[in-house]
This record gives sequence, C-alpha cells and structure tokens, in this order.
Amino acid sequence: MLSKKQAQVFFLGGTAVTFLIFIMLTIYSLSSAQDQSNQENLTAEAIRGKEIWEKNNCMGCHTIMGEGAYYAPELTNVLERRGDAYVKAVLMSKIPWQPQGRKMVAYGMTEAEANDVVAFFEWVTEINLNGFEKVNRTISPLAKDRMID
Amino acid sequence: MKYKSQKVAYWFFALSMLLLVLQLTYGFIMGFARLGYDGLHEWIPFNTAHTVHLNLLVVWLLSGFMGAAYYIIPEESETELWSVKLAYLQLITLAIVGVTAVVGFHFNYWEGRKFLEIPRILDWPVALNVILFLVILLMTIIKGKKTSTTSLVLFGGLVAAALLYLPGMITFDSQVLDSFFRWWVVHLWVEGVWELIMGGIMAFLLIKLTGVDREVIEKWLYVVVGLTFLSGILGTGHHYYYIGVNNIWLIVGGIFSALEPLAFLAMALWAVNMYRKGEKKHPNKTAILWTLGSAIVAFLGAGVLGLAHTLPQTNIYTHGTLVTAMHGHLAFWGAYAMIVLAMITYVLPNVTGRKLFDTSRARSAFWLSNIGMFTMISGFGAAGIAQVYMERKLGIEFMEVQNEIKVHFWVLITGATILSTGITLFIIDFIKYGTPSDEALEIQE
Repeated sequence: MLSKKQAQVFFLGGTAVTFLIFIMLTIYSLSSAQDQSNQENLTAEAIRGKEIWEKNNCMGCHTIMGEGAYYAPELTNVLERRGDAYVKAVLMSKIPWQPQGRKMVAYGMTEAEANDVVAFFEWVTEINLNGFEKVNRTISPLAKDRMID
Repeated sequence: MKYKSQKVAYWFFALSMLLLVLQLTYGFIMGFARLGYDGLHEWIPFNTAHTVHLNLLVVWLLSGFMGAAYYIIPEESETELWSVKLAYLQLITLAIVGVTAVVGFHFNYWEGRKFLEIPRILDWPVALNVILFLVILLMTIIKGKKTSTTSLVLFGGLVAAALLYLPGMITFDSQVLDSFFRWWVVHLWVEGVWELIMGGIMAFLLIKLTGVDREVIEKWLYVVVGLTFLSGILGTGHHYYYIGVNNIWLIVGGIFSALEPLAFLAMALWAVNMYRKGEKKHPNKTAILWTLGSAIVAFLGAGVLGLAHTLPQTNIYTHGTLVTAMHGHLAFWGAYAMIVLAMITYVLPNVTGRKLFDTSRARSAFWLSNIGMFTMISGFGAAGIAQVYMERKLGIEFMEVQNEIKVHFWVLITGATILSTGITLFIIDFIKYGTPSDEALEIQE
C-alpha cells in the first residue's frame, strides 16, 4: 500500500521531471531553427499594429490565431477574405460598423494607424499555424453538395 | 473558529460575493448583446463587458482563495495570524487595485490580452499585494506550532501562482511569443497551481467534514496534485497547437491533455471515497454538498469537457469557437467557484457563531446555481457545435452563423437567470449570517 512519503515523492518527482521537460521543449520550439512564427518579417509597422491591437482590446471581441472572445470574426485571414481597403474602411469608420446587426466600436483610426494594423494582419497571415490557417478556407464535400442543390 | 484572527477570512469572502454579483451582471450584458440587445454598446461595448467579466472572475476567486488561506493557515499551524492589521491592509489594497482596474477597463485602460488585461503599470501593485499576502502566511506558518501537509500544499500553490504571474508581465513584439507566455500564466494557473490551491482547500474541508484521518486524506492529496502536475504542465501544449509554434506540441499536448481528466477523476474519487469512509460527519451538510459537488463538477467541466475538444484532430475545428466557452464555464465553476463557495459555507457558521446551515434556502442555492450552470453550458455547447459545423465545415460566413445560432443564447440567458437565482439565495444566506463575532470562539465546530 502506498505510504504518504511515497505519495510525496511521486508528487515532487513527477512535478520536477515534467517541468524540466516542459522547459526543454520550450527552448527547443522557440529556437531559431524551429521558428515558424514569421519572426524575420516582423516590421516596425507590424509591431505598431500589434500595439494598436492591444490598446483597443480587439481580442475582447475578435479572435486571432483562434484566441479571443468569439463575438466577432477570426482575423487571421481577414486580408484574404476582405482585402486591405475593406479592413481600413472599418478601422477608420467614425460610426459603429454594424455587419448584420452586431456593432463594432467606432475607432475612427487615422490612415497611418489603419496601415499599421493592416501590416500586423499581413504579418499574421504568413505565420505557419500547423494547418489551422487552412480550416476556414476548406469547403467540405457536404457543402459542395449543398451548393449544387 | 479556533483563532480570533480567522475572522479576516469573512471580509475577503464578502469582497468575493460583491465581485461575483458584478461578474454575473456583465455576463448578462454580453448574453443580451449576442441576442442583438446591445443598448449599452456606447458605454459598455462587448470587449469591455468581456474583459470585466473575466477579470472579476479572477479577482473574486483570488479573494476567495485568500480568505480560505487566512482561515486555514492559522488553524493548521495552531496559531493566530502573524498580523491581522496587515491582512486588512492587504484586503483594502486588493479591493482598490481591483476597482481601479475594472473602472479603467471602461476607459480603454487595458492591455488587450485575454485574462491579462490589467495594465502592466497596475501589475506592480498587484505583485506587492500578493507578496504582502504571502509574507503574512509564511510568517504565520513559521511561528506556528506545527506545519501540516494541507497548509504546505495550499501555501505552495499560492507562491507558485504568484511566480507564474511574472511571465505575463514581459512585453513581446511578436503575437506568437506573447500568446506563448500568456499561457504560462493562464494555463499553468488554472490547470496547474490553482489545482494545488483547490486541493489544499479540499483536503482541509474533507478533514473537517468527514472525520477521516488526516494522514489518509493528505496522502491522497499528494497523489491528486501529483497527477495534476504530471499531466497539466505538459498539457499546456494544447494551447500551442495552432498559434505559430513547432508542431511537436501537437504530440506532447495531445498525449498529456488526454491524461488531464485522470487528475480530476482522482480528485472526484478521493472526495467521494473520503465522504463514504467518514464516520464522524459534520452537521453542516450543505458544506459537504458544495465540497463533493466541486470535485464532481470539476471532473465533468475541466476533465470531460476539456477532453471533448483537446485532441489536436478535434481542436483544429473547435479552436476559437464557443465550444471553448462551454468547457471554460463549467471548468471554472466546478473547480474554483464551487470550492470557494464550499469554503464560505463551512466558514460562515464558525466565524459568526450562527448555525444556519442546512436550510432549504442553502440547499436551493446549491441546486439552482448548478442547474443554471448546466443549462448555460448546454446553450454554449449547442451553439458551439453548430458554429463548428457551419463555419468550419460548411464554410459559412461568421456573422451568418452567429445569426443562425442566436436561439441558443436564449437557453444561455435562461440558465444564467437560474444560476443568478441560486447565487442570490447564497448571498441572502451570507447576509443573514451577519458579521463575525468573538463569541464564536467558544462554539464547538
């Protein structure tokens, strides 16, 4: 029968080993040889765009790379879906953008700010997301059947 | 109550209750906004309501954990709290920082990183507050007559939670790195060290409520928290599947996330078995109900519903959808909200001297809030599954899908109303108990 001491060793030993493996995997996956985050193309504009993204808490409604609040569309591929001009028009609008009744905050950004956010989206578009970036683009066979009907 | 200083816990619980009411209010604002009733948009847009809702959750739970620790550590260490005045100072500063952050969110004073929206400048007062809290506990443990496993696990969890706040304070230019280290805070809190805190509180409650020998309960506490870390640390990988890092996390995260329910299953079995073995059951049956309920609902919400979308093959479709909200709500409710409510239910009679437990109102609070939460997650679940199918499989545009699944948010609102009724009954009981009294010292627990 397991003693309290053995249970303690299981807890401390298991935690130490898994934490060590976690740190090693972190170092490995963030090493430059394994980098797939499009780090080399991270421009000053894209960094400013990220700051604007955070300052306005866009993640409080939208998702990017699948992370956010699920209230407004995923923006990882937004430039492919909508194009630069549409995205800039939304960001620069002085009245709340209201697609199908759901309101967005009217940010009324300057053109320079909107360009920075677009640069941020351009950078995100090129990140290798292990296949997630392709999910929304794939129409299933079932959908094709529906479209023929 | 054995020590006068344990009364401090009551005021942390009172703050928790206040913040919980506010959290529910902002939840309703979001629910109605999803149905198209967003009349408050100009003052409280969705991103503000969402941020306030999440952060109030974190702060009321932390306040609950702190209250629990201020009650448990003196009793386990067999001594008065090291400094009651500093504990009250810590409570006041916690409330000030919390209120400042919540008010600030309404004026775009935030970071825009989910769960870590508190601006970095406010991170420092938070850090100081937590350090003060830990120093008070540490000094109490040092001056105490004994050091129990329960208090060490609880204290260890609180120290680790404080340390893990640090990666969230680093600034990154890359969204990928930002996200990567944000999960060090969020995941390693809720699927790691917070479970130590939960385990510590649960061990204390099981010792007090079942009468089972401390050595037996604490032995299994080690096993439960051991399984938690064994699966949970590398289980962080399930957040790294699709955020722009190496695909090794698909394998590591997949395997260890699949093991995570075992820790919650162990916790549920531990709690239920200790209850069955117990021969000197405490008369506060409502506290037992909340304690066992917490272990079982945590297994369902964090374990089973987590597993439902944690494998990479499933997660590629469910990532970033309402399926996550379904899992998140029941997991937080079972694992953390219910254990705090269990602790409050156990502590209130002891610090006030009024044995108002086991009333029909107290039982109704438990059942209504749980029925409400399960109704809510049914709404989220149905909406999430429909969203995955229409948006991710059929490729229908986001807002078209949102309009199609709107009906499920009526279910959500209905569930939230039932939950709020249960919480209202809980708070009525909280108020009826009145404030703590030194006379409670003489009353047998």
